[in-house]
Amino acid sequence: MTAGRLRGAFEAAASDGRSAFVPYMTAGFPDRRAFMRNAKTLLEAADVLEVGLPFSDPLGDGPTIQRSSETALASGVTTQDVLDMVRDLTAETSTPVVIMSYYNPIYCYEDGGEAGFVQAAKAAGAAGLILPDLPPDEGDTLIQAARDVDLDTVFLVAPTSTEERLKRVTDACRGFIYAVSVTGVTGARDALPADVPDLVRRVKAVSDLPVAVGFGVSGAATAKPVADVADGVVVGSAIVKTAGDGGDVAALAHEIRSACVRDA
Amino acid sequence: MYPMPNDRGRFGMYGGRYVPETLIPALDELTSAYQEARQDPTFNEHVTRVLQEYVGRPSRLSYAENLTRAYGGAHIWLKREDLNHTGAHKINNTVGQVLLAKRMGKTRIIAETGAGQHGVATATAAAMFGLPCVVYMGEEDVRRQALNVFRMRLLGAEVIPVTSGTRTLKDATNEAIRDWVTNVRDTFYVIGSVVGPHPYPMMVRDFQSVIGEETISQFQERTGREMPDAVVACVGGGSNAIGIFAPFAYLDPAKRPRLIGVEAAGHGVETGSHAASISAGKRGVLHGAMMYLMSSNDGQITPAHSVSAGLDYPGVGPEHSYYADEGMAEYVGVDDAEALRAFQHVAEVEGIIPALETSHAFAYVQHLAPELGPDAHIVINLSGRGDKDVNEAMRVLERVGEVSS
Repeated sequence: MTAGRLRGAFEAAASDGRSAFVPYMTAGFPDRRAFMRNAKTLLEAADVLEVGLPFSDPLGDGPTIQRSSETALASGVTTQDVLDMVRDLTAETSTPVVIMSYYNPIYCYEDGGEAGFVQAAKAAGAAGLILPDLPPDEGDTLIQAARDVDLDTVFLVAPTSTEERLKRVTDACRGFIYAVSVTGVTGARDALPADVPDLVRRVKAVSDLPVAVGFGVSGAATAKPVADVADGVVVGSAIVKTAGDGGDVAALAHEIRSACVRDA
Repeated sequence: MYPMPNDRGRFGMYGGRYVPETLIPALDELTSAYQEARQDPTFNEHVTRVLQEYVGRPSRLSYAENLTRAYGGAHIWLKREDLNHTGAHKINNTVGQVLLAKRMGKTRIIAETGAGQHGVATATAAAMFGLPCVVYMGEEDVRRQALNVFRMRLLGAEVIPVTSGTRTLKDATNEAIRDWVTNVRDTFYVIGSVVGPHPYPMMVRDFQSVIGEETISQFQERTGREMPDAVVACVGGGSNAIGIFAPFAYLDPAKRPRLIGVEAAGHGVETGSHAASISAGKRGVLHGAMMYLMSSNDGQITPAHSVSAGLDYPGVGPEHSYYADEGMAEYVGVDDAEALRAFQHVAEVEGIIPALETSHAFAYVQHLAPELGPDAHIVINLSGRGDKDVNEAMRVLERVGEVSS
């Protein structure tokens, strides 16, 4: 039974006195073997692992994740490869894995379009999908397909979201809510905007799902203030960059996980 | 004014808003500001006045006597968007959008550009109305269209070469969207074609429809006939084609002329190296809208190819996608070599150097005119002049040995 696994992971972290640590990796970057090695390393520290399906036109991503996607695609990584990698990872862990994908690879999925993709993701052991360019308004059929197989759907809320939008988006979320910390694209930043706590508060006013904050968290210094207010901390570009440079992913993961511990 | 799109920004199944949530409130704000502006006579009069005084509208509908003779069939009429200020149809839209930006209190303009015509037209309108302007342009296009890069800089715009992905219009558009996501509160994104999330395909169509509206009244006045038999335009993203098609497209089919969009077949549709999204693509989502596009089996967007930078785009506007499905317009392909021959031929015969984009439409009409016969009338949307293309055309033609240096 996998229902509620994502939500459960956030709740378990909370009862442990932590904000959940949600690292992101682009599947197949810098190459398949290194990706699998890094992903397994991250799973040791992560409460949820986010695996990105590389896309040719990632318009919500900054240069680091763009380049990682280009590299993965240039090396021939396919949608099926990503699903295979997810299956291999989930076979060895109870930590939930979510797939982040732009909409076109899902819509165009060869074996049955969006319904087929949702089933394949479920079969690979994924707990949910993060959909960065699909507002729920355009997601009726995908949401239904995901509900049918009990796969969680995670949509994004943004600092620009009105109360009405927050309600609309969070109603379509299952598992958790992904709050974007900045108006902008993904990428490591030195500091986050002062209004992150306010955004989290506004989201919590309309939903009781866990709220993970992403975009811009680059290390302990940026993770700490997020962890103090949010249920989860998503870290993408900083990890992808470290992986791409052949750096110490384990050390970075440990640093951020430690920063996610809340003061008693 | 037109029955499409619906209130969710859909032309049939096409269009919509597939963008990061950050942009949804901005698109809502834009949609209501646009609708209010369109209902405000002051705004519409302002746009019309600028189009007359500054752009030089109405553009002529010229009878092409020499081409009519050379093609040996139907009468050929040219809608002279090449005679607009800045040399193409793009300015019709940028004037409208920049005036809307001013009205909304936005303080910064951004745009993407392929051939550079939309970038020049945006930089021009931004200069005219006193707003700073940033134009994203693929590095490959910066090379192909150096003259337009210089023009934009002369007009005070900042041109940012884009080095990601295919380094052409597709990636310039991604980069412009990323800028907009980041600076959404004070920035107005002027999209140059009938693509992007709702309301852009509708708004660009409306601003460009002046082409088709003028064509109808000019054609009736000149010929005493009600409608031409065929209207032909080149299609990349599809703004010039929608501009001339839309006023005809929703007419009673019995009354409607044949509307023919000519896509770039590049090295040939069978080679995979082309930009014929409708003729040889499939449905998908690119730059915020559902449309016909070119993608791999996995839904990765595949690079387009055309000798003309303005058609070098792997998608096509949602309204064209809808017209194609409904049979409201036909879409055909013309390859690089045919377009280059037409480019030279029209220059020699008619004394007009057409844009390489428009040359695709001429190449098709060369076959269509004899087929329709001498009683028929064909209107070609001469979307832009070819001055910007002479360097690239010289380079390509010299390589294939068709001109001597």
